[in-house]
Amino acid sequence: MSNNPIFLNGLRFVLLVLAQVMIFNRLNFMGFINPMIYVLFFYWYPIKTNRPLFLFLGFLLGFVIDMFSDTMALHAMAGLTLAFVRPVVMRFCFGANYEFQGFTFKNTTRIQRITFLLLLIVLQHIVFFTFEILSFTHILLILKKILFTSIATLFLSVLLSSLFAREYD
Amino acid sequence: MQRIINFILNYRNAFLYGLLLIFCLVLTIRSHSYHQSKFFNSSKLLTGSVLSTKSAVSDYFGLKEENQRLAKENERLRLLLFNSKKDTVAINKAPIYEIIHARVVKNMFSSPRNYITINKGVRDSVKQDMGVIAPYGILGIVENTSKNYATVQSILNTKSNINAKIKSTDYFGSLKWDAKDYNVVQLVDIPRSATVTVGDTISTGAMSSIFPEDIPIGVIKKYDLNQNQSSYDIQVDLFNDMANIKNVYIIKNRDRKEILELQKSTGNVE
Repeated sequence: MSNNPIFLNGLRFVLLVLAQVMIFNRLNFMGFINPMIYVLFFYWYPIKTNRPLFLFLGFLLGFVIDMFSDTMALHAMAGLTLAFVRPVVMRFCFGANYEFQGFTFKNTTRIQRITFLLLLIVLQHIVFFTFEILSFTHILLILKKILFTSIATLFLSVLLSSLFAREYD
Repeated sequence: MQRIINFILNYRNAFLYGLLLIFCLVLTIRSHSYHQSKFFNSSKLLTGSVLSTKSAVSDYFGLKEENQRLAKENERLRLLLFNSKKDTVAINKAPIYEIIHARVVKNMFSSPRNYITINKGVRDSVKQDMGVIAPYGILGIVENTSKNYATVQSILNTKSNINAKIKSTDYFGSLKWDAKDYNVVQLVDIPRSATVTVGDTISTGAMSSIFPEDIPIGVIKKYDLNQNQSSYDIQVDLFNDMANIKNVYIIKNRDRKEILELQKSTGNVE
């Protein structure tokens, strides 16, 4: 059962949404830091994907979180963008051979994986906070939020991803 | 034609991305100038009940503290009650304002556009544009309602614009928020001729049909003349701790409809 990709990703989807809206959206560490850990969905999703489905799932994941947290479609926009650029980021991190048969996360180094996660997080936060405020007069505020929330998200994502690491087959 | 179809098929992912992105952008940017999205918000059945289950569990941890806060509020209200001057002429008149108690299901204060979800909705006759106050001052205005829940546009929202005055002088202006600090809001358009002192109380003004007059908001923290030197920009320290709000009161103005109709008809005459 746990090897069925539909079941596994469905479960991840639900658990990540619940964790995000019930725990991490209410953290307000230092008054404004709410880590966005649902980025792990994009990190864990299988490498070989049906791209339109993945785009749609990314959009849906963000949109459900948006409905819970009254942020219009900001998370949806971030999720959608992540799903769209993931192949490019993967090529950058793992080299062109990630598309070959037989490539798994097992053959990658820890640095490569963390770089991959970091790039996804930075991208997600840039999209989210830029459109959240959407004003040049607040550019410092935007940068401050991107920087500190990214650090918190990276920290928590690395912890969570090693906590729930599974045997790569 | 064949080539156009081939082109679209080749780039179908990009097209899908573009389409969904435009949908997101429309929702987001429209909400910057207009009301919050009517269909996708946390007052709806699924989101509302999940959030209220969550707060039903987590509320237990703050119960003692919350009780103390309510007892203190009771004490203050009793003090007001016993010291209020008795009117010599008692007029039997139905009160203009009705109060509905509600509990916060979801609070938020770190985004530039904050919304609070409360557990009273259409069933308890909560409607759009009713004022909401917390024990120590104003909180916001009801924006969307569902059967059992409502979302409130917090005063910590860049779209918020509430009539407020300096209590001691009755000069009034608009209360806004610059998204920087969740304990500080800005009062703008106070004319230069007003005397402004640090520590003065800011309260709601009489110009609004949403809030009664003289509900406390905060105290003046510091003030400056604005860019063209014609009016003051005042930083207001809020009385409420916006990060910790559990019990709120919705204010229903019975005369609001009448006032709005009157203002509308006056506008039409011109």
